[in-house]
Amino acid sequence: MTDTMLTGTPVPSDGPDVVLRARGISKSFFGVSVLSDIDFDVRRGEVHGLVGENGAGKSTLMKVLAGVHHPDAGTVEFEGQTVSFGHPRQAMDAGLVTVFQEFNLLPERTVAQNVYLGREPRRAGFVDKKGMERRTRELLESLGVAFIDPGARVGSLTVAEQQIVEIVKALSFDARVISMDEPTAALSDHEVELLYAIIRTLTARGVAVIYVSHRLKEIFDLCDRITILKDGSLVSTDAATDLTDGELVRRMVGRPLQSYFPAAVAGTVVGEPRLELSDCGNPFVEGVSLTLRAGEIVGVAGLQGSGRTELVEGVFGVNGFTRGSVRVDGRPVRFTSPRAAVRAGLALVTEDRKAQGLALGQSVLDNTLLVVHSVFAGRTGSSRKRVPGILSSLEVSSRGVDQEVRFLSGGNQQKVVLAKWLVTDPQIVLFDEPTRGIDVGAKVAVYQLMRQLAAEGKAVLMVSSELPEVIGMSDRILVMRDGELVAELAAGAAEHEVLAAATGSSAGSVSTEPGASEPRHGEPSHGDTAPDDEGSRA
Amino acid sequence: MRRFRVDSTVIVLGILILVIAVGAILVATVGRSFFSPGNIRDILTGMSVLGLVAIGQTLVILGASLDLSVTYVISLAILIGATTMNGNPANIPWAVVFTLLVCAAIGLVNGLIVTVLKVNGFIATLGVGLILQGVLNTNFQGSAGSVPWAFQLIGATGVGPIPVSTIIMIALAVLVWFLLDRTRTGAHLFAVGGDPEVARLSGVRTRPPLIAAHVLCSVFAGLAGLLLASRLGVGSPTVGQQGGYALLSIAAVVLGGTLLLGGRGSVWGTIGGVAIFAVVDNVMSVMQVNPFLKDVVRGVVIVAAVAVYSRRAIVRRRSRFGPGGTRTGGDATAAAAAPAMVAASRALEAEAEAAEAGPAAQGGVR
Repeated sequence: MTDTMLTGTPVPSDGPDVVLRARGISKSFFGVSVLSDIDFDVRRGEVHGLVGENGAGKSTLMKVLAGVHHPDAGTVEFEGQTVSFGHPRQAMDAGLVTVFQEFNLLPERTVAQNVYLGREPRRAGFVDKKGMERRTRELLESLGVAFIDPGARVGSLTVAEQQIVEIVKALSFDARVISMDEPTAALSDHEVELLYAIIRTLTARGVAVIYVSHRLKEIFDLCDRITILKDGSLVSTDAATDLTDGELVRRMVGRPLQSYFPAAVAGTVVGEPRLELSDCGNPFVEGVSLTLRAGEIVGVAGLQGSGRTELVEGVFGVNGFTRGSVRVDGRPVRFTSPRAAVRAGLALVTEDRKAQGLALGQSVLDNTLLVVHSVFAGRTGSSRKRVPGILSSLEVSSRGVDQEVRFLSGGNQQKVVLAKWLVTDPQIVLFDEPTRGIDVGAKVAVYQLMRQLAAEGKAVLMVSSELPEVIGMSDRILVMRDGELVAELAAGAAEHEVLAAATGSSAGSVSTEPGASEPRHGEPSHGDTAPDDEGSRA
Repeated sequence: MRRFRVDSTVIVLGILILVIAVGAILVATVGRSFFSPGNIRDILTGMSVLGLVAIGQTLVILGASLDLSVTYVISLAILIGATTMNGNPANIPWAVVFTLLVCAAIGLVNGLIVTVLKVNGFIATLGVGLILQGVLNTNFQGSAGSVPWAFQLIGATGVGPIPVSTIIMIALAVLVWFLLDRTRTGAHLFAVGGDPEVARLSGVRTRPPLIAAHVLCSVFAGLAGLLLASRLGVGSPTVGQQGGYALLSIAAVVLGGTLLLGGRGSVWGTIGGVAIFAVVDNVMSVMQVNPFLKDVVRGVVIVAAVAVYSRRAIVRRRSRFGPGGTRTGGDATAAAAAPAMVAASRALEAEAEAAEAGPAAQGGVR
């Protein structure tokens, strides 16, 4: 397998190392132009970043290359030959494989069964299970991720491991070009490192990677060249070294973003404590004490599985604290359900908006009134009147309040989630990964909303995997590790300080808690973490 | 090397053993022996017909469809079989082949309606079932045909305490297990039932596996009808409805740990589910329980067993999400199922290490 990749196919004569060349690609849906006259080429062994706001056409371009959509105009040349794929499978067989944003895996089937789905190796007419698992194991070993068992059920793997399975599936097609659409959207930082390592292994073999991401840091970390799309048109293709963050953002949005992370609104005063946790614990987190004051934005950092989500879920009564005490505005409370928390003026913007935040098949209006309807039924009438104002202040773009939210972009869906909570007039707002998978414009809107809430004297707690976000937005940064708060850092702490505290390496940690950087032991860790750790070490 | 996990077949087996233990004690209290050859024979005989129907139903449910028409296919099969044989042993081979071909044709129609016309399996097979009922009612007012003795022997003989019909049923179960485990059609059926969009993007042709499942399901129902013919000796137009085979077979499949939403399950679980029903029925008839109470007990068994699964329910798949406003239909259905799964997984994440089994419960709600 490796040999075939190294020797590869002959380099096309018309250009050095260009393996994939798209010329003049145009595509419209229902008369709306989504891509117009895009030129795009990918060289052997490079990582080619594809960036742009939502709706810029990145996903459509990838789908055209993958054979999911047919371009209305333009040609695609792959390894020197003009190709026209009628079905994604044809593209894969040719060696052009796409790892889509939504996992294309069957959770109930094994790793090997997923990798070879649709072309199971056969012996004497029957599926050769042993051969299938052996070949899968070889591919896993070639990527240095032999800790994944080819016979394991995919549903039992972590998100990061599933991502690797997708890549292995791509490799099993003897891929020359692998497109990855937001591969890190659901990964934590150390899992991203593992992905980086795998991508570098791939490129060293001459495989080209098309990398779509909203995370600019990754784009600059990984990519050799960067292509920017805006409103379905090509803006530029440049070597990564010729671009700066600011320039990239300016070209993506077509205007300079005055500030990616808005400063605190003038007149914001940090006041009385609004939420106080004292030595709180439940089966997932232990000994958590923190104080959240009016007008304050506190960030929570930590690795995936460190208990960040479990912390906010504990506060919000999803898995309520069984130990310790909680005070809201000085009054002792004990939330055993989210309903109780909502009544007390809390709001939780959940990590997974599609599964936990929205009723996808319902309208924007119904979603916005979801909480009010169920918890404050008496206020429905007056709340309904406030909906248009709230939606327009968040700049939700939909075809009206009756549109089903599943048709909205990620950013607009997230704004509907925010609207849902704003209608309840919450006093303490918990955000869990508030900007995951949404475009730059929507991110800035979320940040501005947080600042606005703080200015109104509300308290904001934000969990995020994106360190720049935590550092850019937080007045204080709390770091979690193994279900405990291990450090509190001041605003503007350096990334390496946060990381050091989160991973438990003592260097550079400015822990406020004595002993915070001591290694922990005997702590029941989250079921998901163990394989990850293994992965990052491998 | 493989991680140990308690899969649903193991749970079904556990429940079966429990049911047998309780049953044996209950039977002993009335002074009879549960494990006597005669009683075991009764239980196995009770399993054969429902077992055949449920094996076919397993295939269809794995493909995320359903077959409610089996009831009427059984009635049709017994009538066609009995009238074609018409008391003449020479007609047996032809009658069996003809009956099964008719059943296969019905399955093909079911499969085409579900895959090509994209009518939900529940509705499609309900409609086909009603059509068959109409055909049966207009053409057969009462019992018809007669089954030659040679064919009746199938239902009457056995090897030791094991009836021939059970041997046939188990042999076919092995065949279906092989189909599911070792053929592409089987693998693709799991894929289509699990997530049709994933299957399609992986280059799987999504229609053939599901059509094949429907054809096989109807053929298995036809076999069940022929088996009933050998037992009854005549064709009866209401035998399927009396047995309530459609819903009972679905219940047995779900009891066996197969996900009603498709994509996960096994034939052995289904056989276990059928065995549980057979044992419960047997114990109640030995103890001469009021027949109405029988149904109550069956109902309790179904609900209790599925509740056990849902206690262990885990789907640890975290749905990814992102900016894509342009999701496809397949994704939308997956997303629609996701909240319940996430809720379930959240609740049990801590104790999730070896767990599996789960969304049979969510399936049961559908």
